[in-house]
Amino acid sequence: MANPCQLQAHKIGAPLMNLIKLKGVPILQQLHLEECLLRTSSHNWCIINQGTNRPTIVMGVSGKPAELLKIESVLCDQIPVVRRFTGGGTVVVDPNTIFVTFICNKDAVAGLQPYPQPIMSWTGVLYNKVFQGIGDFHLRENDYVFGDRKFGGNAQSITRNRWIHHTSFLWDYEVRNMAYLKLPARAPEYRLARGHLEFICRMKDYMSRSEFISRTIEATKTDFSLRSAEAESIETTASVNTKFCPTTRLLTKYELEAAAVASPSLGSLSRSF
Amino acid sequence: MGASYLEISVFHRGFPSVVKDLKYLDSHDWVKVEGNSVTVGITDHAQDHLGDVVYIELPEVGAPVPQGNGLSVVESGKATNDINSPISVKVVEVNEELNDSPGLINSSPYDKGWIIKVEVSGSGELKSLMDAGKYTKFCEEDDIH
Repeated sequence: MANPCQLQAHKIGAPLMNLIKLKGVPILQQLHLEECLLRTSSHNWCIINQGTNRPTIVMGVSGKPAELLKIESVLCDQIPVVRRFTGGGTVVVDPNTIFVTFICNKDAVAGLQPYPQPIMSWTGVLYNKVFQGIGDFHLRENDYVFGDRKFGGNAQSITRNRWIHHTSFLWDYEVRNMAYLKLPARAPEYRLARGHLEFICRMKDYMSRSEFISRTIEATKTDFSLRSAEAESIETTASVNTKFCPTTRLLTKYELEAAAVASPSLGSLSRSF
Repeated sequence: MGASYLEISVFHRGFPSVVKDLKYLDSHDWVKVEGNSVTVGITDHAQDHLGDVVYIELPEVGAPVPQGNGLSVVESGKATNDINSPISVKVVEVNEELNDSPGLINSSPYDKGWIIKVEVSGSGELKSLMDAGKYTKFCEEDDIH
């Protein structure tokens, strides 16, 4: 067993990472904070948010509502739809989603090339430590799975000198919320045309929230020296950075209606609006 | 384009290529400088590391782009990747074909996959440009790390 002096020596030279722990912060607000930190900060960050305040659909930068969503149901149930600044697919998030985000300088992790696959692999190694011995965890075609069922979806953005990798973990989910999503045209091969409910699983069947969070923090310490940051001071700093305008935004009702009307399969919607 | 190709065979990367008559930035973008007009794209090394491009955000024609600001955003897999302008420019043309066929960036990074044409106030502003030989060495060092 390593003595405390050796553990401290290991930390010396490890880059610093600020840890922000949140609970129930709306996903739009979280994404605005992340985009601001990616673009305007020069520090490394880990953000853990336990749940968003209400069910919300979050699409990637190129997401098209008509292709990805059952718009009539989304509008009828008034589900907010966010288009985020990172790539990747569409998720429905809610108070039982756990969000984990890493924002790093490109030279923060020694030997890590700032490209999509190396970053994805680095997170796979990190979460291998988190889920060691639990549920046949692995990184499979950019998803985190237990066996062949996805419980964590990833997205990234890479700038000249920094990168972000964020994940939404399905600690639990409501079956009815998955019904807002169509089967995506772009899907991983291992999905094998399975519907949502046959493709995903709940992390709560494998690990408690508190254990997941503490293991994730411990695994992060392999490469970083963590220090807690106060969420309020970060948000104040981010909001006063008036030069920065996030691209992540809520789609308007009119945009969703227009997408529905333009879609040939939703002609009836044009008559009801 | 009529450019000649200098192929470097690097065992672990398969098929990278560098075009002899272009210039290169350390951000893995290539530029073709013709007076005050500069055509910009991403290199074969870049497209190889990004993976299949599925979407590109192109800027508005006529828009001024300050130094360091984004010229374009390329999506591949789960990631967005910025293409930034090393100097202040004005966008004069964008490759509209990429809207329907973003994969041209992968299949033809130096030809059909060109991304933007910009106007610069003087080509001397494009400092730190690498020629093909220097860029090839730069890529080899990038892959070692």
